[in-house]
Amino acid sequence: MIINHPLLGPRDAAEFVYLGDESLIERPDPNAPDAADRFYEYGYLRDNPAGEHKELWYHEQGDRSWLVVTRNTITHQITHVELARDVARAKGRDR
Amino acid sequence: MSQSFRISGGLIDRSSPMHFTFNGKRMEGYAGDTLASALLANGQKLVGRSFKYHRPRGILSAGPEEPNALVQLRTGAAQEPNTRATVAELFDGLSATSQNHRGSLEFDLMAITDLAAPFLSAGFYYKTFMWPKAFWEKLYEPMIRASAGLGTLSMKEDPDTYDKGFLHCDLLIIGAGPSGLIAALTAARSGARVILADEDFRLGGRLNSETFALDDMEGGIWAEQVAAELQSLSNVRIMTRTTVYGAYDHGVFGALERVTDHLKSSGGKPRQILWRIYSKRSLLCAGATERPIAFSNNDRPGIMLAGAVRSYVNRFGVAPGKNVTVFTNNDDGWRTASDLIAKGVTVRALIDVRDGVSPPDLYGTEVITGGRIIDTAGRKALSSITLKNGRKITTDCLAVSGGWNPTVHLTCHQRGKPVWNEDILAFVPSGVLPEGMRVAGAANGVFGLSSALQGASEVTAGILTDLGMSSKAAALPVAEDEAQSGIAFWHVKESKKRAWVDLQNDVTVKDIKLSYQEGFRSVEHLKRYSTLGMATDQGKTSNIAGLAILAECSGKTISETGTTIFRPPYTPVPIGALAGRARGKDFRPYRLTPSHRWAEANGATFVETGNWMRAQWFARAGEKGWRDSVDREVEMTRASVGICDVTTLGKIDIQGKDAAEFLNHVYTNAFLKLPVGKVRYGLMLREDGIAYDDGTTARLGENHFVMTTTTANAVLVFRRLEFARQCLWPNLDVHLISTTDGWAQFAVAGPNARNLLAKVVDAPFDLSNEAFPFMACAEVSVCGGTPARLFRISFSGELAYEIAVPAKYGNSMMDVLMKAGAEFNAVPYGTEALGVMRIEKGHAAGNELNGQTTALNLGLGGFVSSKKDCIGKTLSQRPELNLPDAIRLVGFKPVNSSDALLAGSHFITKGDAATMENDQGWMSSVAYSPTLGHSIGLGFIKRGHERMGEVVRVVNPARGVEVEAEIVSPHFYDPEGGLQRG
Repeated sequence: MIINHPLLGPRDAAEFVYLGDESLIERPDPNAPDAADRFYEYGYLRDNPAGEHKELWYHEQGDRSWLVVTRNTITHQITHVELARDVARAKGRDR
Repeated sequence: MSQSFRISGGLIDRSSPMHFTFNGKRMEGYAGDTLASALLANGQKLVGRSFKYHRPRGILSAGPEEPNALVQLRTGAAQEPNTRATVAELFDGLSATSQNHRGSLEFDLMAITDLAAPFLSAGFYYKTFMWPKAFWEKLYEPMIRASAGLGTLSMKEDPDTYDKGFLHCDLLIIGAGPSGLIAALTAARSGARVILADEDFRLGGRLNSETFALDDMEGGIWAEQVAAELQSLSNVRIMTRTTVYGAYDHGVFGALERVTDHLKSSGGKPRQILWRIYSKRSLLCAGATERPIAFSNNDRPGIMLAGAVRSYVNRFGVAPGKNVTVFTNNDDGWRTASDLIAKGVTVRALIDVRDGVSPPDLYGTEVITGGRIIDTAGRKALSSITLKNGRKITTDCLAVSGGWNPTVHLTCHQRGKPVWNEDILAFVPSGVLPEGMRVAGAANGVFGLSSALQGASEVTAGILTDLGMSSKAAALPVAEDEAQSGIAFWHVKESKKRAWVDLQNDVTVKDIKLSYQEGFRSVEHLKRYSTLGMATDQGKTSNIAGLAILAECSGKTISETGTTIFRPPYTPVPIGALAGRARGKDFRPYRLTPSHRWAEANGATFVETGNWMRAQWFARAGEKGWRDSVDREVEMTRASVGICDVTTLGKIDIQGKDAAEFLNHVYTNAFLKLPVGKVRYGLMLREDGIAYDDGTTARLGENHFVMTTTTANAVLVFRRLEFARQCLWPNLDVHLISTTDGWAQFAVAGPNARNLLAKVVDAPFDLSNEAFPFMACAEVSVCGGTPARLFRISFSGELAYEIAVPAKYGNSMMDVLMKAGAEFNAVPYGTEALGVMRIEKGHAAGNELNGQTTALNLGLGGFVSSKKDCIGKTLSQRPELNLPDAIRLVGFKPVNSSDALLAGSHFITKGDAATMENDQGWMSSVAYSPTLGHSIGLGFIKRGHERMGEVVRVVNPARGVEVEAEIVSPHFYDPEGGLQRG
């Protein structure tokens, strides 16, 4: 597979490490009243779609960017690649 | 035997004779021959025995689809089994042997299996070997393995080398027949970067085997001219002897180049290269594969594909027989008859299954229309055939054509499913193709030469436009579309005896019918039950006939019946090529510590930890075993001073004005208030609350920290920190870099550690306990100006330091430290002594941080700050992880001090039976403590902290050992820590 890195252009998937669903960015608020339930869901429950999937890849043999890759799990077609940091900021994550 | 079947012409070099042996028999061929063509030239028809029935078999094809003629090439360690003689290039000195027979090829003792055929029908394993069950492993399986099978391995190390390579192109053209050549010419002249790959050693594909004319030139000559132009262009890479075996995602292809297989010796070059080709577009011009017709005893040596007969006659100058008969269901078969006649080979008859067809003038050769062959004779080679009307024709070669299948294999590698085309009676590529792929020529079902050339040229122009290039179309040579009509005719129904469909796996028409009767009615079930198409040839010549017969049984059309699809590789790829250079020592990368040379020179025994080669111990003269060395290293360190290379611990440089806040997120304990010049132990959890890694982090400046991780998790922790930094807290001002390889680091431990370092660290740095106490850190210089970092941390429990210098000075630093330590009798110690001392001190390590244990279990509950959040904190508070009887890390000491504790043993309360229900925990680390003079252990046991002094059973059923041990504090050595603070 080839991943079109937003900064570095097309790179072989062998340079990357796969993590999983993009939802791992959305770490729950530890101070929420239902934090335990939300962390349980965050840690253990993830969608496993046959089709388009937003997933986290890490360019370990490269510039160490974490990327959000939109990939069709059936065809392996990759339609969108973003820097995970930009996605995280867009989701309102701060510090 | 001279080359009695050699005839005139062909693309072989008669001025280069080549000697080879087959089963020890000396034979001769020419440069340009394959092993198959040379065997046929020498009249060798019998070349192997079949997989299941040990039937005599010959050469069926002239290409990669060969199911029968599998041989072993070369001898000794270089012996290679299961090579298709039809694609093995002849070289002088080649030694080939037949396989799968006991006794000689001519008198195979296992041929008796053939008589048992009635019992060996489809599914026979499942039916026959079910009872008694115990017989399978001891009797049936060894028996089947001994009788069925292919070649044998030499069981010696492969003497050849294999390489891997990467290539990039605009357009990859797979197959250099007429379509591939015209496409390459068009793309090359337009300036595209082209790779043209063909598995053959000669470009031209079928043009080399046919008598077609292009622009009034022989096809082979035209191909040569095109090849010459392509060779001259710098934007074209021609790869002969290269099989593109797999189409992967996003235009990536796997290809195997046979670099030296055609040479007697590799001459230092890699034997084969496994290429990964990155293409923007690809064009599959893989041609077509002929299929046989099934009839009784259609597997005898001498019965061949009609197109293959033309290959041997036209390309190799070999007549596969002296009296040839042709059997066909289509016009293409006619050309075999006319080509043979043109070469002066006797054709006994042309038998066409169709009624009312009239082939062109065959100069008086008998033509039988509506003909059916119902049997053949000749045990080791064909001698005659019998027609439906009982007439017998004496013949030594039968050329059979059942039509052609487009070679669609690569189109299937990304889930593409071929579709049935009733016009050409074959499966053609569907619209679902690997990304960027187009198909042209016979592979696309376009069988006429002129049409194929035109189609390939047009599709190439489209690809170039797609790539944003202007296409300079090559002028098409003048050619004709050959006659090619045919009918669906798969097997002779009047056959009374076994009629083979899959020659390699010995699957007959009857087996397919039986599978259907027994309920295996989908193509996928048929395949697995009958093993049709599951041999190494992947059913290249058999699949379509097989599913056509299945369709007949069910009364469905072939289109409704469907087809199985193909997976990579198109043809077998040797394991050696897949491994490449990754074998032996280079199986995976390995890393050397900075002081590796010093350790080697000083008698170290090395151990692989992660990718690192670490000194395990340094044996001295007179020491009888590793324990002697390890005990001495511990004793000498504790008595005076020891030095250990600890570079392998992960080091992460953390900088930025939010660095401390970042550490607070990832460590359980607080780091905001760590003073500059101090080091703190830190514990990390996984987000699920389980302990993950630990280490020390030093604050070198207000915004500058250096973290250490365990050796095993160095890469993983860094990855997680980057995740935390980029994805979880993206607005923190913090940056990370791994400096594991940048700094060589040594532990200097023991009562004389300070005295030793005082000789190395440059003045005026004050090493006194007051100025540089336990858990202090500083940037210093050593040896008169070399920058260094000094940390007062202790893993051994002694007064200890770790000193780091830039990695390039690591080897000399070790030398300097040892020389400076000579007066203190300093000792280098390895990972074993390191481990013993950390167990004596009760520190958790990898055995304890095993992915099942929590901070509470480890006795580190106090390190989880209640004042702040961190990764893993919320889920670490789950009730199930905090039950009152949770396991706790404690120490164990054998009641009988001569007993040895074993890691992996489980704890049972005294008086209880040793059952799973009574399991109290397990022993995670053990060592012989030279300091205490007996075995000690660390382990997890329920409520361990409340059970000090209790004696428990330490049970190891796997080794049949049980001892009693007392629960003690895990801190066996200096529990108050006075030494490390001293």
